[in-house]
Amino acid sequence: MVLDVKTRTKPVTGTVRVMTGNEACAEAAVAAGLGFFAGYPITPSSEIAEGLARTLPRSGGTFLQMEDEIGAMGAVIGASLAGAKAMTATSGPGFSLKQENIGYACMAEVPCVVVNVQRGGPSTGLPTLPAQGDVMQARWGTHGDHQIIVLVPRGVRETYDLTVRAFNLAEALRTPVILLLDEIVGHVSEKVVLPAEIEVVERERPDASARKYLPYEETDSDVPPMASFGEGRRFHVTGLAHDETGFPTNDSRKIERLLLRLDRKIRRYAAQIVQVDESLDEGATVGVFAYGSTARSAARAVRLARAEGIKVDFLAPLTLWPFATPQVAAMGTRVRHIVVPEMNLGQMAHEVEWAVGREAAVHSLTRVDGEPIRPSQVLERIREVARR
Amino acid sequence: MIDYEHYLRVEKFPLIWCPGCGHGIVLKAILRAVDRIGLEKDGVAMVSGIGCASRAPGYVDFNTLHTTHGRAITFATGVKMARPDLTVIVATGDGDATAIGGNHFIHAARRNIDMTVVLFNNWIYGMTGGQASPTTPFGCHATTAPYGNPESSFDISGLAVAAGASYVARGTVTQPTKLDRFIEQGIRKRGFALIEAFTPCPTAFGRQNGMARSTDLLQWMKANTITVKQAEKMDRADLDGKLVTGVVADVEKPEYAQQYATLVERLRAEGGQDAPAPARRPISAADLLVEGGVS
Repeated sequence: MVLDVKTRTKPVTGTVRVMTGNEACAEAAVAAGLGFFAGYPITPSSEIAEGLARTLPRSGGTFLQMEDEIGAMGAVIGASLAGAKAMTATSGPGFSLKQENIGYACMAEVPCVVVNVQRGGPSTGLPTLPAQGDVMQARWGTHGDHQIIVLVPRGVRETYDLTVRAFNLAEALRTPVILLLDEIVGHVSEKVVLPAEIEVVERERPDASARKYLPYEETDSDVPPMASFGEGRRFHVTGLAHDETGFPTNDSRKIERLLLRLDRKIRRYAAQIVQVDESLDEGATVGVFAYGSTARSAARAVRLARAEGIKVDFLAPLTLWPFATPQVAAMGTRVRHIVVPEMNLGQMAHEVEWAVGREAAVHSLTRVDGEPIRPSQVLERIREVARR
Repeated sequence: MIDYEHYLRVEKFPLIWCPGCGHGIVLKAILRAVDRIGLEKDGVAMVSGIGCASRAPGYVDFNTLHTTHGRAITFATGVKMARPDLTVIVATGDGDATAIGGNHFIHAARRNIDMTVVLFNNWIYGMTGGQASPTTPFGCHATTAPYGNPESSFDISGLAVAAGASYVARGTVTQPTKLDRFIEQGIRKRGFALIEAFTPCPTAFGRQNGMARSTDLLQWMKANTITVKQAEKMDRADLDGKLVTGVVADVEKPEYAQQYATLVERLRAEGGQDAPAPARRPISAADLLVEGGVS
């Protein structure tokens, strides 16, 4: 469903709005300074493209409907190299198609935001129904070792905030950031109060002279300052393994230095990148780990369980990757059981198990029939494990 | 007289291309065209995909972008729309542009976005060792067509014309001064321009087809090169195997980046009805990146 902008009376920042997650994403992107969007129609993400087709040219940015998903990802990378904050939006099948170029953006360190409004898969799957089956594709979809940042909002206001954050992290770290919505978050219409002010990061520009500029310089921060095409620094960009100059190299030492830096660049800032929403209960024996729209059902289940006298810890990650290992490991030391509801066959439950080791038993609660996980399902599982 | 070294990253020599390869001749033709127009190096972006031809940008002192296989035109589209003032040249090959990248090729032509695609057509996948491409002539040999190519080949220029390109020309490295004139006209044309350049690959194409020496290939090319005007007087059947060179299309039509800029101007003049954006508080990357990794 698309709200008609014209029917709204004077929408004012900082006041109450009614909008969907997809609409919030499109609006937040413009607020964050989006200069270029390229996309391809796909359910359930199309409203993001439709919204930006209306608003982006009004703010002087470019909206471009490309001939396919791969082309949209390529255009986004090209625009970012030319200096624009750039974004694309898609869903599962399109996300699969974009993976090669997402890897290019990792390798060539090109900031960009890729929105994936998840639907049921594999293949054409369930175009109009919710799922969370792309959490591992988001992490490992492109070939080769790489780090990736994946943000996972639970509702409309959080989609707005995490869209802005996605741009900030992309620009700060010269890396693609995946914003992982699900069909429910994308299409749910909620009352929200939008922020009156947002924090915006611009990518660090080089101050070195044109002659000395090294586009992939090894700096203290591990993030090389980024010039744009057409500014007088004529540098080379390639997806091949390259040295600090940006040109291809077969020197094994230089190759290793590059790949380790790309890995370290995200890993060393993980504590800052990872955000979680925790609700601790003194003496809890049961923990719940849930993300995306499923975290909404889980939060209600936790409230109901507590009302019944069951002590429950709750952890909802807003950053799915890098994984919130310290927080999840800490939960494992507090509780005996962790329930992980998710609309897939247990993709993140494995990661939770990995993080807690033998400290707690992990109970995967899965659903892949196109229906959301209901609070009653989570509550039932909480009751069951609390009795053990 | 052009000073080639002004435009070249000579420190990156020697070239990756094999002895007898024609790609250097095409690259020099591009540089002569750029020089004759008088473009500043800062104002040129050269974008390529994957393959032998796509290594060209590494050797030229422009803003250069070596992308993924088949996708050069899409990256170039992003560059052009973010910086419409840049002159965008795409260096690509027959496989890169018309097999894996065929969809982008026809849609960029349809969109008529201002860029000049120089397509190095050597009728073969050279970098991967001589597999059949969409332009490998019927019956010719390739490692993936060991009994002779059973497929028909693409008329790339015809494809570009049908898709809506503003300017289309075919040249050959055996006539390099004509080739640079076509490229010059393509760059000057506001819109999508395709210059298809026939170029010999003795290593991967010639050796499999009885023309292992570059001179054999060049002589074969010269013997079969005719002009567009000559071709018009010939029977269609006789054109099989001919390299028809010359300007195939040169038309005036609306260019995409300019159309988009006009739209932006119009909308700004009308005034928007969008929700007011929140205030932006700039913070530095360092504020966001406080160290402390996950153990």
